Amino acid sequence: MSQRSVSAPASVAGTAAPTTVVDFVMPSLGADMEEGAVTEWLVSVGDRVARGDIVVIVETEKADIDVEVWNDGVIVELLVEPGRSVAVGTPMARLRVEVAGDGTGPTGHPSDEGPTAPSPIDDGTPVDGTPLDTDPARRQRTAAIAPPDRAAVPARVDRTPASPLARRLAATRGLDLAAVAGSGPGGAVVARDLGGEPADREPPTPDPSERMRRAIADLMSRANRDIPHYHLAETIDLEPSLAWLERVNVDRPLRQRILPAALLLRGVAAALAANPELNGFWVGGRFRPGDGIHLGVAIALRGGGLVAPAIRDADRLDLVETMSALRQLVERARAGRLRGSEMSSATATVTNLGDHGAEVVNGVIHPPQVALIGFGRIETRPAVVGDEVVPRRLVIATLAADHRASDGQRGSRFLNDLRRHLSRPEEL
Amino acid sequence: MTGTDPQLDRQIVVDAIADVAPDVDPATVEADEDLWYALELDSMDQLRVMTAIGERTGLDIPERDFPGLLTLDDLTAYVTARRAGP
Repeated sequence: MSQRSVSAPASVAGTAAPTTVVDFVMPSLGADMEEGAVTEWLVSVGDRVARGDIVVIVETEKADIDVEVWNDGVIVELLVEPGRSVAVGTPMARLRVEVAGDGTGPTGHPSDEGPTAPSPIDDGTPVDGTPLDTDPARRQRTAAIAPPDRAAVPARVDRTPASPLARRLAATRGLDLAAVAGSGPGGAVVARDLGGEPADREPPTPDPSERMRRAIADLMSRANRDIPHYHLAETIDLEPSLAWLERVNVDRPLRQRILPAALLLRGVAAALAANPELNGFWVGGRFRPGDGIHLGVAIALRGGGLVAPAIRDADRLDLVETMSALRQLVERARAGRLRGSEMSSATATVTNLGDHGAEVVNGVIHPPQVALIGFGRIETRPAVVGDEVVPRRLVIATLAADHRASDGQRGSRFLNDLRRHLSRPEEL
Repeated sequence: MTGTDPQLDRQIVVDAIADVAPDVDPATVEADEDLWYALELDSMDQLRVMTAIGERTGLDIPERDFPGLLTLDDLTAYVTARRAGP
């Protein structure tokens, strides 16, 4: 959860719903993260935000992450100026949110309701992208001059969507934002589209690949020190599935082609659903089941290192949706544009070595998760089918699991289920 | 299509790779070397490169052709042949 309440619900006179101010804190974007640096705010004081909006880009040891907000509300104050690094849990911004009618206050949990309706005094006047003021006294004043309840919905229809920093950069460099292809949320222009941050900003540590290496080293050392791993393997005949996939792909244009990797992920999600002891976390000396099946996908970065962002609710996606989610995840990971919710939520991780990988991977679990599923290279090998030895495309699936949370019998059942699902592709 | 130019076709292939993997340099690969292996491009990268070539040329490259397209020479010859084809 990225927010905690800092003040008791306070009623606002008149017709407006009662509101309270909550902190938007630096989220944990992975088990290996201790601190993060604010690269760029995509919102200004007074902006109205909806749950799921990307509001800030945070730089971690591993990547630039687009971080979403978990409440509907209005930005009251930005507390961390770009370039500054703060520990996980440190408030980064303050947000005024409406309190639920039952008086329980904002929870940060998903809500089925849409964005909060604008208040009656909202006249829709555009609010300019006020640059983040780093002078604390002035910042206080800005917040006071523009009380959040009165803040209007930013009307941005008549101009190029852009972050405040990008706006400032464009102004100082005399650039036309409308002429720039935006890569931010909803095509918004962000600082990186203009050739990066101002020159007066130093990255927190000079060598990103070294920081990435150190983050992986810390996490994997912890895994091997704390987790009693057990390892199981199962050879799976993919011939029927791959033949089926080829038939499906014949009719699909290139952009919609489905890769075997998507099939494997679907199989894992289905098998995890039947074996919940492998889907979740070991925390505080006991197993906590995941709040859904969010599959971390290990993605190698060509510059070195790897990230494992999650495909959320992977068990609820069909094959086409899984492929689309995987494609987007890989593209964003390679471009360094992952989202906070993807980095923090994996309940189990899949590593797929791909065409050029080794035959078998005996993985290391990403704590606090309790299982890592690995796939080696798909290879044509002799297999016994009926009474004959025939060439078939096989893959060796492995499970690394936390012996504190499950036993080999459960692990074997999981691999069995996986094999069964992967032999019935039309059901995936 | 008004004639084809292998030089241009090679450029299309190189540009498509650069599109998908701006962090690799196709110039470091021999024309007859397995470029997917040499440049550490996985199946997702491969699909994206084929898609990018398709978008530049209007060709639809069926998956069954992928296994034969391993080198810059393979890809260039394939694009040239398909563009000249019926």
